[in-house]
Amino acid sequence: MTVLWIVSIGVYAFLYIPLIIVVVFSFNDSKLNAEWVGFTLHWYKALLHDHEMLLAARNSLIIAVSASTIATLLGTMAGLAIHRYKLKVLPILAFTPVAMPEILLGVSLLLFFLQVLNLTLGMVSIIIAHTTFCIGFVAIIVRARLQGMDESIFEAARDLGATPWQTFRQITLPLIRPAIIAGALMSFTLSIDDFVITFFTKGVGEPILPIQIYTMIKVAVTPEVNAVSTLLMLLTLTLIIIASRFDSSMLGESKSS
Amino acid sequence: MQTSSRLVKWLISTPPLLFLLIFFAAPGTIMVLTSFRLPGEFGGLAPVHILPGDTNEESGLTIETYQFFFSDFIYLEIFLKSFAVATLTTVICIAMAYPLALLIAHSQKKFRNLMIMLVVLPFASNFLIRIYAWMIILGPESALSHMINHTLAVFGMAPVTLLFSPFAVLIGMIYVHLPFMILPLYTNLEKHDPILLDAAQDLGANRWQRFWYVTWPQSLPGIFSGSALVFIPVLGMFAIPDILGGTGDIMIGNLIKDQFLGMRDWPFGSTLSIMLTLAVLIIAGLFSRLAKPVTKIT
Repeated sequence: MTVLWIVSIGVYAFLYIPLIIVVVFSFNDSKLNAEWVGFTLHWYKALLHDHEMLLAARNSLIIAVSASTIATLLGTMAGLAIHRYKLKVLPILAFTPVAMPEILLGVSLLLFFLQVLNLTLGMVSIIIAHTTFCIGFVAIIVRARLQGMDESIFEAARDLGATPWQTFRQITLPLIRPAIIAGALMSFTLSIDDFVITFFTKGVGEPILPIQIYTMIKVAVTPEVNAVSTLLMLLTLTLIIIASRFDSSMLGESKSS
Repeated sequence: MQTSSRLVKWLISTPPLLFLLIFFAAPGTIMVLTSFRLPGEFGGLAPVHILPGDTNEESGLTIETYQFFFSDFIYLEIFLKSFAVATLTTVICIAMAYPLALLIAHSQKKFRNLMIMLVVLPFASNFLIRIYAWMIILGPESALSHMINHTLAVFGMAPVTLLFSPFAVLIGMIYVHLPFMILPLYTNLEKHDPILLDAAQDLGANRWQRFWYVTWPQSLPGIFSGSALVFIPVLGMFAIPDILGGTGDIMIGNLIKDQFLGMRDWPFGSTLSIMLTLAVLIIAGLFSRLAKPVTKIT
């Protein structure tokens, strides 16, 4: 047991130390992420004057809100349909994007947008791409919720003469609402964080948050990256905590199904 | 009633089905078709001549890009190297995840959720940020680099650069994917019946024997489902070698990215993507078969 404890503490340290370093250096009064010099809020102030970054944050927010809205709607439908009917094609189409390497979805959509749709890459192509992989996540969460429910409630509603629509509005929807909210928050987080698929479906015009961070990391590393990172961490952390309040199954089951 | 329930089925399954057919199935099909085409002179695709009376052998679909893939060993080599990185990452993740998952599964019920939450939280932070953190830690001016190089100097060895190396890529891969191993492993270990361990103890098995003959065989399905969740994304990863690796550390993903965004050779990029897809399908099939418990113990 002692050995288990030592190794486990080591693993927790491995998981947390890198992130703590990023946060600590975001308050460091030095251009180098090397040693602690003194406390400053300089990098956060610099962020406020970074026009590109603010624009990128706004664009990413628009994309995340649009993609998660559409994905929640379609994903909830898919989750309901997959749970209730014996469907063959829909589960494959909904769950495969969740399980396969992101780059494959990214490049196939890039080809499709340019070759078939003749679409100029930009916000719209990113929203579509994000929706495609978020549908599966929402469907997984909604279906998991439905699987845990007692079927007799729906039978009772039917026996009492409720129409399918009434059953849905008055029984199903209130019961799966926590899963829908959790799915929406999950999609929002996935969308705002997504780098790989955004990288392949972005245009040249608008700056997008993950792409902006990528460029900063690749070209010129300043603690401004740490400041953005810290703020983003705060945002996702808040969303994850809210989401897990609504649906406790979401954290464990989302990726492993 | 019959028609209305059929209407409901149609109403809720058609919108997501249509969306995914258009934006998932169709792009996949396009990619398969593109892999059998030839690149155009200025990127894109060479035109296909499907005119009446066109008997040109060179027109239409071709397997040239596939022949090209197998003609130059460098592509197979990068595929094999990616498999090696994925295997190594998976094995190290198992070694790191197992003790922690075991500890959580054997903890008191009230602490389990908190301990799992602590595993999941860091993985909720942005993917790029988690890679960036290792750029700081492994950078030439970092405390870790200084420490290692001072130690090496004591033994009279030349200093090493940690960043932009295969080592940095491996660390990044492990860091990003470790939770995917811990979660399924914990889910599996938590379900084990403690009575089996007690029985083994009563029959005189020592601590090690109890682990090796009782816990380990039962945990294999958990290990295999975790392995699938680690192996597959690592195999297709391009961002980590791109950011933490040197020029020699490229993997399949980097090769694909270069074809689409660098050389603009879509057909070859598609061919590489199809090869990656095939690899993923084989791996996924293998792991999901292994992840099913062969004999039910309880």
